[in-house]
Amino acid sequence: MPLTLEIVTGEREVFKGDVDMINVPGGDGDMGILPKHAPVLSTLKPGVLRVKIGNDYQEFAIGGGFIDILGDHVIVLADSAERADEIDIARAEAARLRAQEMLKNAPQNKEDFFRLETALRKSEARLKAANRRSTRRTELPS
Amino acid sequence: MATAREIRRRIRSVRNIRQITRALEAVSASKVRRAQDAVQGTRPYASKARQLLADVAALAGGETRHPLLTRRDVVNSAYILLITSDRGLCGAFNINVAREAFDFAQQYGKPVSYVTIGRKGRDFLHRRGRKIVAEFANLPARPGLLDTTPATRTLIHDFLDGRCDEVYLAYTEFRSMVSQRPVIRRLLPLAADDLAGDLSKSGPRPAYEFEPGPVEILDGLLPRLTEMQVYVAVLESLASEHAARMVAMRNATDSASDLIFSLTLSYNKARQQGITNELLDIAGGTSALEQALKQAAATDQLRA
Repeated sequence: MPLTLEIVTGEREVFKGDVDMINVPGGDGDMGILPKHAPVLSTLKPGVLRVKIGNDYQEFAIGGGFIDILGDHVIVLADSAERADEIDIARAEAARLRAQEMLKNAPQNKEDFFRLETALRKSEARLKAANRRSTRRTELPS
Repeated sequence: MATAREIRRRIRSVRNIRQITRALEAVSASKVRRAQDAVQGTRPYASKARQLLADVAALAGGETRHPLLTRRDVVNSAYILLITSDRGLCGAFNINVAREAFDFAQQYGKPVSYVTIGRKGRDFLHRRGRKIVAEFANLPARPGLLDTTPATRTLIHDFLDGRCDEVYLAYTEFRSMVSQRPVIRRLLPLAADDLAGDLSKSGPRPAYEFEPGPVEILDGLLPRLTEMQVYVAVLESLASEHAARMVAMRNATDSASDLIFSLTLSYNKARQQGITNELLDIAGGTSALEQALKQAAATDQLRA
Protein backbone atom coordinates (compact mmCIF):
# COMPACT_ATOMS: atom_id res chain seq x y z
CA MET A 1 0.00 0.00 0.00
CA PRO A 2 1.47 3.26 -1.08
CA LEU A 3 0.67 5.84 1.61
CA THR A 4 2.11 5.76 5.11
CA LEU A 5 -0.10 7.48 7.65
CA GLU A 6 0.67 8.42 11.23
CA ILE A 7 -1.91 9.94 13.51
CA VAL A 8 -0.49 11.23 16.77
CA THR A 9 -1.99 13.22 19.62
CA GLY A 10 -0.22 14.79 22.55
CA GLU A 11 -0.99 11.72 24.59
CA ARG A 12 -0.35 8.79 22.29
CA GLU A 13 0.06 7.46 18.81
CA VAL A 14 -3.40 6.61 17.57
CA PHE A 15 -2.63 5.08 14.22
CA LYS A 16 0.38 4.10 12.20
CA GLY A 17 0.18 2.10 9.05
CA ASP A 18 -0.18 1.90 5.29
CA VAL A 19 -3.33 3.15 3.63
CA ASP A 20 -4.60 3.72 0.09
CA MET A 21 -6.42 7.00 0.48
CA ILE A 22 -7.05 9.63 3.13
CA ASN A 23 -9.86 12.14 3.49
CA VAL A 24 -9.29 14.93 6.00
CA PRO A 25 -11.17 18.06 7.07
CA GLY A 26 -8.59 20.67 6.08
CA GLY A 27 -8.66 24.21 7.37
CA ASP A 28 -9.58 25.41 3.89
CA GLY A 29 -11.96 22.59 3.07
CA ASP A 30 -11.86 18.83 2.83
CA MET A 31 -8.89 17.23 1.19
CA GLY A 32 -8.52 13.87 -0.44
CA ILE A 33 -5.01 12.54 -0.42
CA LEU A 34 -3.74 9.94 -2.82
CA PRO A 35 -0.16 8.83 -3.40
CA LYS A 36 2.17 11.36 -5.06
CA HIS A 37 0.36 14.27 -3.49
CA ALA A 38 2.23 17.60 -3.53
CA PRO A 39 3.90 18.52 -0.21
CA VAL A 40 1.37 20.38 1.91
CA LEU A 41 1.28 21.73 5.43
CA SER A 42 -2.24 22.48 6.47
CA THR A 43 -4.37 23.08 9.50
CA LEU A 44 -7.22 20.71 10.26
CA LYS A 45 -10.72 21.47 11.47
CA PRO A 46 -12.58 19.22 13.87
CA GLY A 47 -14.16 16.54 11.76
CA VAL A 48 -13.97 13.03 10.44
CA LEU A 49 -10.76 11.64 9.03
CA ARG A 50 -11.41 8.69 6.78
CA VAL A 51 -8.88 6.25 5.45
CA LYS A 52 -9.25 3.57 2.82
CA ILE A 53 -7.31 0.40 3.36
CA GLY A 54 -7.89 -2.06 0.56
CA ASN A 55 -11.67 -2.24 0.31
CA ASP A 56 -12.18 -1.28 3.90
CA TYR A 57 -12.75 2.14 5.42
CA GLN A 58 -11.79 3.37 8.85
CA GLU A 59 -12.95 6.57 10.48
CA PHE A 60 -11.36 8.72 13.13
CA ALA A 61 -12.88 11.69 14.90
CA ILE A 62 -10.28 14.45 14.83
CA GLY A 63 -10.44 17.49 17.08
CA GLY A 64 -8.46 19.86 14.89
CA GLY A 65 -4.72 19.98 14.39
CA PHE A 66 -2.27 19.83 11.50
CA ILE A 67 -1.39 17.63 8.60
CA ASP A 68 2.02 17.27 7.07
CA ILE A 69 2.05 15.66 3.64
CA LEU A 70 5.49 14.90 2.31
CA GLY A 71 5.87 12.43 -0.48
CA ASP A 72 3.98 9.33 0.49
CA HIS A 73 4.38 10.00 4.17
CA VAL A 74 1.47 11.70 5.89
CA ILE A 75 1.59 12.86 9.50
CA VAL A 76 -1.50 14.06 11.31
CA LEU A 77 -0.88 16.01 14.50
CA ALA A 78 -4.29 15.98 16.12
CA ASP A 79 -5.52 17.77 19.24
CA SER A 80 -7.57 14.69 19.86
CA ALA A 81 -8.22 11.60 17.81
CA GLU A 82 -10.37 8.59 18.40
CA ARG A 83 -11.03 5.54 16.34
CA ALA A 84 -14.68 5.30 15.44
CA ASP A 85 -15.19 2.10 17.40
CA GLU A 86 -13.72 3.64 20.53
CA ILE A 87 -16.32 6.36 20.71
CA ASP A 88 -18.97 6.18 23.37
CA ILE A 89 -22.02 7.43 21.50
CA ALA A 90 -24.03 8.32 24.59
CA ARG A 91 -21.21 10.44 25.96
CA ALA A 92 -20.59 12.13 22.63
CA GLU A 93 -24.28 12.98 22.35
CA ALA A 94 -24.27 14.44 25.85
CA ALA A 95 -21.23 16.54 25.00
CA ARG A 96 -22.90 17.82 21.85
CA LEU A 97 -26.04 18.85 23.69
CA ARG A 98 -23.97 20.57 26.35
CA ALA A 99 -22.01 22.53 23.77
CA GLN A 100 -25.19 23.49 21.94
CA GLU A 101 -26.82 24.63 25.14
CA MET A 102 -23.85 26.79 26.04
CA LEU A 103 -23.72 28.31 22.58
CA LYS A 104 -27.33 29.38 22.90
CA ASN A 105 -26.44 31.66 25.80
CA ALA A 106 -24.02 33.19 23.35
CA PRO A 107 -20.92 34.33 25.19
CA GLN A 108 -19.79 37.88 24.46
CA ASN A 109 -16.13 37.00 24.45
CA LYS A 110 -14.97 36.11 20.95
CA GLU A 111 -12.41 33.64 22.19
CA ASP A 112 -14.92 31.78 24.34
CA PHE A 113 -17.34 31.68 21.48
CA PHE A 114 -14.71 30.17 19.25
CA ARG A 115 -13.80 27.60 21.85
CA LEU A 116 -17.40 26.56 22.32
CA GLU A 117 -17.96 26.29 18.63
CA THR A 118 -14.91 24.09 18.36
CA ALA A 119 -16.27 21.92 21.15
CA LEU A 120 -19.57 21.58 19.33
CA ARG A 121 -17.91 20.67 16.05
CA LYS A 122 -15.71 18.18 17.82
CA SER A 123 -18.61 16.38 19.42
CA GLU A 124 -20.50 16.37 16.13
CA ALA A 125 -17.50 14.88 14.41
CA ARG A 126 -17.29 12.14 16.97
CA LEU A 127 -20.93 11.28 16.54
CA LYS A 128 -20.61 11.28 12.80
CA ALA A 129 -17.62 8.96 12.88
CA ALA A 130 -19.31 6.63 15.33
CA ASN A 131 -22.61 6.57 13.48
CA ARG A 132 -21.08 5.84 10.12
CA ARG A 133 -19.44 2.88 11.65
CA SER A 134 -22.54 1.49 13.29
CA THR A 135 -24.75 1.93 10.22
CA ARG A 136 -22.30 0.06 8.09
CA ARG A 137 -22.13 -2.65 10.64
CA THR A 138 -25.85 -3.29 10.32
CA GLU A 139 -25.67 -3.29 6.52
CA LEU A 140 -23.04 -5.94 6.36
CA PRO A 141 -24.41 -9.48 6.70
CA SER A 142 -21.42 -10.64 8.72
CA MET B 1 9.33 1.74 82.30
CA ALA B 2 6.32 0.72 80.24
CA THR B 3 4.63 -2.50 81.13
CA ALA B 4 4.91 -5.51 78.88
CA ARG B 5 1.32 -5.16 77.83
CA GLU B 6 1.74 -1.56 76.72
CA ILE B 7 4.79 -2.45 74.68
CA ARG B 8 3.01 -5.34 73.06
CA ARG B 9 0.23 -3.00 72.01
CA ARG B 10 2.73 -0.60 70.44
CA ILE B 11 4.41 -3.41 68.56
CA ARG B 12 1.10 -4.42 67.13
CA SER B 13 0.26 -0.90 65.97
CA VAL B 14 3.69 -0.36 64.43
CA ARG B 15 3.30 -3.65 62.62
CA ASN B 16 0.00 -2.43 61.19
CA ILE B 17 1.64 0.79 60.04
CA ARG B 18 4.37 -1.19 58.38
CA GLN B 19 1.79 -3.19 56.50
CA ILE B 20 0.21 0.00 55.19
CA THR B 21 3.45 1.65 54.16
CA ARG B 22 4.50 -1.52 52.43
CA ALA B 23 1.27 -1.57 50.45
CA LEU B 24 1.63 2.11 49.56
CA GLU B 25 5.14 1.45 48.32
CA ALA B 26 3.86 -1.21 45.96
CA VAL B 27 1.06 1.06 44.75
CA SER B 28 3.49 3.89 44.04
CA ALA B 29 5.83 1.58 42.21
CA SER B 30 3.12 0.66 39.73
CA LYS B 31 2.05 4.28 39.39
CA VAL B 32 5.59 5.33 38.53
CA ARG B 33 5.56 2.91 35.67
CA ARG B 34 2.25 4.19 34.40
CA ALA B 35 3.39 7.80 34.57
CA GLN B 36 6.59 6.91 32.75
CA ASP B 37 4.57 5.33 29.98
CA ALA B 38 2.55 8.52 29.72
CA VAL B 39 5.75 10.53 29.33
CA GLN B 40 6.85 8.14 26.58
CA GLY B 41 3.50 8.60 24.88
CA THR B 42 4.12 12.30 24.31
CA ARG B 43 7.39 11.76 22.45
CA PRO B 44 5.99 11.11 18.94
CA TYR B 45 3.86 14.24 18.96
CA ALA B 46 6.58 16.42 20.45
CA SER B 47 9.24 15.39 17.96
CA LYS B 48 6.90 15.68 14.97
CA ALA B 49 5.58 19.05 16.07
CA ARG B 50 9.13 20.33 16.41
CA GLN B 51 9.99 19.14 12.96
CA LEU B 52 6.89 20.78 11.58
CA LEU B 53 7.87 24.00 13.28
CA ALA B 54 11.37 23.81 11.84
CA ASP B 55 9.89 23.32 8.38
CA VAL B 56 7.56 26.27 8.71
CA ALA B 57 10.27 28.47 10.15
CA ALA B 58 12.71 27.53 7.39
CA LEU B 59 10.25 28.19 4.63
CA ALA B 60 8.48 31.20 5.99
CA GLY B 61 11.84 32.86 6.60
CA GLY B 62 11.63 36.39 7.99
CA GLU B 63 7.91 36.25 8.58
CA THR B 64 8.34 34.09 11.66
CA ARG B 65 8.89 36.80 14.26
CA HIS B 66 6.06 35.36 16.25
CA PRO B 67 5.48 36.97 19.67
CA LEU B 68 5.78 33.61 21.42
CA LEU B 69 9.26 33.22 19.95
CA THR B 70 10.50 36.77 20.46
CA ARG B 71 12.73 37.68 23.36
CA ARG B 72 11.87 41.05 24.83
CA ASP B 73 14.53 43.72 25.07
CA VAL B 74 13.41 44.87 28.48
CA VAL B 75 12.44 42.23 30.99
CA ASN B 76 10.53 43.63 33.94
CA SER B 77 8.94 40.62 35.54
CA ALA B 78 8.50 36.90 35.23
CA TYR B 79 6.05 34.15 36.06
CA ILE B 80 7.05 30.83 37.48
CA LEU B 81 4.80 27.85 36.94
CA LEU B 82 5.43 25.73 40.01
CA ILE B 83 4.42 22.11 39.55
CA THR B 84 3.98 20.10 42.74
CA SER B 85 1.80 17.27 43.96
CA ASP B 86 -1.66 17.45 45.46
CA ARG B 87 -0.82 14.97 48.16
CA GLY B 88 1.87 14.61 50.74
CA LEU B 89 3.70 11.61 52.16
CA CYS B 90 6.34 11.84 49.48
CA GLY B 91 9.38 12.97 51.44
CA ALA B 92 11.07 16.21 50.46
CA PHE B 93 9.61 16.11 46.96
CA ASN B 94 7.53 19.28 47.13
CA ILE B 95 9.92 21.23 49.31
CA ASN B 96 12.76 20.58 46.90
CA VAL B 97 11.00 22.08 43.88
CA ALA B 98 9.62 24.98 45.85
CA ARG B 99 13.04 25.79 47.24
CA GLU B 100 14.57 25.62 43.78
CA ALA B 101 11.94 28.06 42.54
CA PHE B 102 12.61 30.38 45.50
CA ASP B 103 16.35 30.40 44.91
CA PHE B 104 15.75 31.14 41.28
CA ALA B 105 13.33 33.96 42.07
CA GLN B 106 15.87 35.49 44.45
CA GLN B 107 18.64 35.44 41.89
CA TYR B 108 16.32 36.71 39.21
CA GLY B 109 16.28 40.11 40.85
CA LYS B 110 13.01 41.22 39.31
CA PRO B 111 9.44 40.76 40.48
CA VAL B 112 8.28 37.18 40.17
CA SER B 113 4.70 35.96 40.37
CA TYR B 114 3.59 32.37 40.57
CA VAL B 115 1.13 30.12 38.85
CA THR B 116 0.77 26.76 40.54
CA ILE B 117 -0.29 23.30 39.55
CA GLY B 118 -0.73 21.15 42.63
CA ARG B 119 -2.06 21.87 46.08
CA LYS B 120 1.19 21.53 48.01
CA GLY B 121 3.01 24.21 46.06
CA ARG B 122 0.10 26.58 46.36
CA ASP B 123 -0.12 26.12 50.14
CA PHE B 124 3.61 26.54 50.46
CA LEU B 125 3.70 29.80 48.52
CA HIS B 126 0.66 31.02 50.36
CA ARG B 127 2.30 30.48 53.73
CA ARG B 128 5.34 32.40 52.57
CA GLY B 129 3.18 35.22 51.28
CA ARG B 130 4.26 35.01 47.63
CA LYS B 131 2.13 36.38 44.87
CA ILE B 132 0.01 33.70 43.24
CA VAL B 133 -1.67 34.73 40.00
CA ALA B 134 -3.55 31.53 39.37
CA GLU B 135 -3.68 28.08 40.88
CA PHE B 136 -4.74 24.75 39.52
CA ALA B 137 -5.15 21.65 41.63
CA ASN B 138 -6.80 18.26 41.83
CA LEU B 139 -5.50 16.84 38.60
CA PRO B 140 -6.81 13.36 37.92
CA ALA B 141 -4.56 10.38 38.55
CA ARG B 142 -3.88 10.12 34.84
CA PRO B 143 -3.94 13.66 33.54
CA GLY B 144 -4.69 14.20 29.86
CA LEU B 145 -3.45 17.08 27.81
CA LEU B 146 -6.74 18.87 28.35
CA ASP B 147 -6.26 18.83 32.12
CA THR B 148 -3.21 21.03 31.86
CA THR B 149 -4.26 23.40 29.09
CA PRO B 150 -6.12 25.86 31.35
CA ALA B 151 -2.87 26.61 33.16
CA THR B 152 -0.97 26.98 29.89
CA ARG B 153 -3.66 29.24 28.42
CA THR B 154 -3.36 31.52 31.43
CA LEU B 155 0.39 31.71 30.97
CA ILE B 156 0.22 32.40 27.24
CA HIS B 157 -2.50 34.96 27.73
CA ASP B 158 -0.66 36.91 30.40
CA PHE B 159 2.59 36.67 28.48
CA LEU B 160 1.05 38.09 25.32
CA ASP B 161 -0.75 40.73 27.36
CA GLY B 162 2.59 41.93 28.68
CA ARG B 163 1.84 41.10 32.31
CA CYS B 164 5.10 39.21 32.36
CA ASP B 165 8.05 39.15 30.02
CA GLU B 166 9.25 35.64 30.69
CA VAL B 167 7.70 32.43 31.95
CA TYR B 168 9.65 29.70 33.69
CA LEU B 169 8.72 26.16 34.57
CA ALA B 170 9.72 24.76 37.95
CA TYR B 171 9.17 21.03 38.16
CA THR B 172 10.82 17.79 39.14
CA GLU B 173 12.56 15.92 36.41
CA PHE B 174 12.34 12.17 36.54
CA ARG B 175 15.75 10.62 36.05
CA SER B 176 15.34 7.22 37.63
CA MET B 177 13.47 5.42 40.36
CA VAL B 178 15.90 6.71 42.94
CA SER B 179 16.84 10.08 41.48
CA GLN B 180 14.56 13.02 40.79
CA ARG B 181 15.89 16.49 40.29
CA PRO B 182 14.10 19.83 40.55
CA VAL B 183 14.73 21.93 37.45
CA ILE B 184 13.93 25.39 36.16
CA ARG B 185 13.32 25.78 32.43
CA ARG B 186 12.25 28.73 30.40
CA LEU B 187 8.88 28.17 28.79
CA LEU B 188 8.22 31.53 27.15
CA PRO B 189 9.47 32.97 24.95
CA LEU B 190 9.98 29.55 23.40
CA ALA B 191 13.64 28.70 23.13
CA ALA B 192 14.53 29.58 19.55
CA ASP B 193 17.96 27.97 19.98
CA ASP B 194 16.50 24.50 20.39
CA LEU B 195 14.34 25.00 17.38
CA ALA B 196 17.24 26.29 15.32
CA GLY B 197 19.09 23.11 16.24
CA ASP B 198 16.25 21.06 14.82
CA LEU B 199 16.21 23.29 11.79
CA SER B 200 19.79 22.67 10.75
CA LYS B 201 19.37 18.95 11.33
CA SER B 202 16.40 18.57 9.06
CA GLY B 203 18.29 19.83 6.02
CA PRO B 204 16.71 21.23 2.88
CA ARG B 205 13.04 20.51 2.47
CA PRO B 206 10.92 20.60 -0.63
CA ALA B 207 8.68 23.54 -1.34
CA TYR B 208 5.62 23.07 0.82
CA GLU B 209 2.25 24.44 0.06
CA PHE B 210 0.68 26.09 3.09
CA GLU B 211 -3.00 26.02 3.81
CA PRO B 212 -4.15 28.59 4.83
CA GLY B 213 -0.64 30.13 5.24
CA PRO B 214 2.58 29.83 7.20
CA VAL B 215 1.58 32.49 9.70
CA GLU B 216 -1.69 30.74 10.54
CA ILE B 217 0.08 27.43 10.95
CA LEU B 218 2.62 29.04 13.26
CA ASP B 219 -0.21 30.67 15.19
CA GLY B 220 -1.75 27.28 15.76
CA LEU B 221 1.43 25.35 16.31
CA LEU B 222 3.28 27.48 18.85
CA PRO B 223 0.58 27.49 21.56
CA ARG B 224 0.27 23.73 21.13
CA LEU B 225 4.01 23.27 21.53
CA THR B 226 3.81 25.35 24.68
CA GLU B 227 0.94 23.23 25.96
CA MET B 228 2.92 20.12 25.24
CA GLN B 229 5.90 21.36 27.23
CA VAL B 230 3.73 22.03 30.25
CA TYR B 231 1.98 18.70 29.85
CA VAL B 232 5.26 16.82 29.67
CA ALA B 233 6.52 18.69 32.75
CA VAL B 234 3.36 17.70 34.65
CA LEU B 235 3.80 14.07 33.66
CA GLU B 236 7.47 14.08 34.63
CA SER B 237 6.55 15.63 37.93
CA LEU B 238 3.91 12.96 38.45
CA ALA B 239 6.38 10.16 37.78
CA SER B 240 8.83 11.82 40.18
CA GLU B 241 6.14 12.23 42.83
CA HIS B 242 5.31 8.55 42.78
CA ALA B 243 8.97 7.59 42.79
CA ALA B 244 9.60 9.93 45.75
CA ARG B 245 6.62 8.48 47.57
CA MET B 246 7.82 4.99 46.88
CA VAL B 247 11.20 5.77 48.45
CA ALA B 248 9.56 7.56 51.39
CA MET B 249 7.31 4.58 51.99
CA ARG B 250 10.21 2.16 51.77
CA ASN B 251 12.07 4.20 54.37
CA ALA B 252 9.00 4.23 56.56
CA THR B 253 8.70 0.46 56.23
CA ASP B 254 12.36 0.08 57.19
CA SER B 255 11.97 2.41 60.16
CA ALA B 256 8.94 0.47 61.28
CA SER B 257 10.96 -2.74 61.13
CA ASP B 258 13.72 -1.15 63.19
CA LEU B 259 11.20 0.12 65.67
CA ILE B 260 9.58 -3.28 65.97
CA PHE B 261 13.00 -4.78 66.59
CA SER B 262 13.89 -2.43 69.42
CA LEU B 263 10.40 -2.60 70.87
CA THR B 264 10.62 -6.37 70.88
CA LEU B 265 13.87 -6.08 72.84
CA SER B 266 12.21 -3.82 75.40
CA TYR B 267 9.24 -6.10 75.50
CA ASN B 268 11.39 -9.10 76.29
CA LYS B 269 13.23 -7.11 78.93
CA ALA B 270 9.99 -5.99 80.48
CA ARG B 271 8.71 -9.54 80.44
CA GLN B 272 11.90 -10.82 82.10
CA GLN B 273 11.64 -8.07 84.65
CA GLY B 274 8.07 -9.05 85.37
CA ILE B 275 9.02 -12.67 85.88
CA THR B 276 11.95 -11.71 88.09
CA ASN B 277 9.73 -9.47 90.13
CA GLU B 278 7.19 -12.21 90.59
CA LEU B 279 9.88 -14.65 91.63
CA LEU B 280 11.22 -12.11 94.07
CA ASP B 281 7.74 -11.62 95.42
CA ILE B 282 7.30 -15.33 95.91
CA ALA B 283 10.73 -15.69 97.44
CA GLY B 284 10.09 -12.70 99.67
CA GLY B 285 6.70 -14.09 100.58
CA THR B 286 8.02 -17.50 101.52
CA SER B 287 10.91 -16.08 103.52
CA ALA B 288 8.53 -13.74 105.33
CA LEU B 289 6.26 -16.69 106.00
CA GLU B 290 9.14 -18.80 107.24
CA GLN B 291 10.24 -16.00 109.51
CA ALA B 292 6.72 -15.59 110.84
CA LEU B 293 6.48 -19.32 111.43
CA LYS B 294 9.84 -19.31 113.20
CA GLN B 295 8.74 -16.46 115.38
CA ALA B 296 5.49 -18.17 116.17
CA ALA B 297 7.38 -21.33 117.08
CA ALA B 298 9.70 -19.29 119.26
CA THR B 299 6.84 -17.68 121.17
CA ASP B 300 5.19 -21.09 121.53
CA GLN B 301 8.40 -22.43 123.04
CA LEU B 302 8.58 -19.48 125.37
CA ARG B 303 5.05 -20.07 126.53
CA ALA B 304 5.73 -23.72 127.02
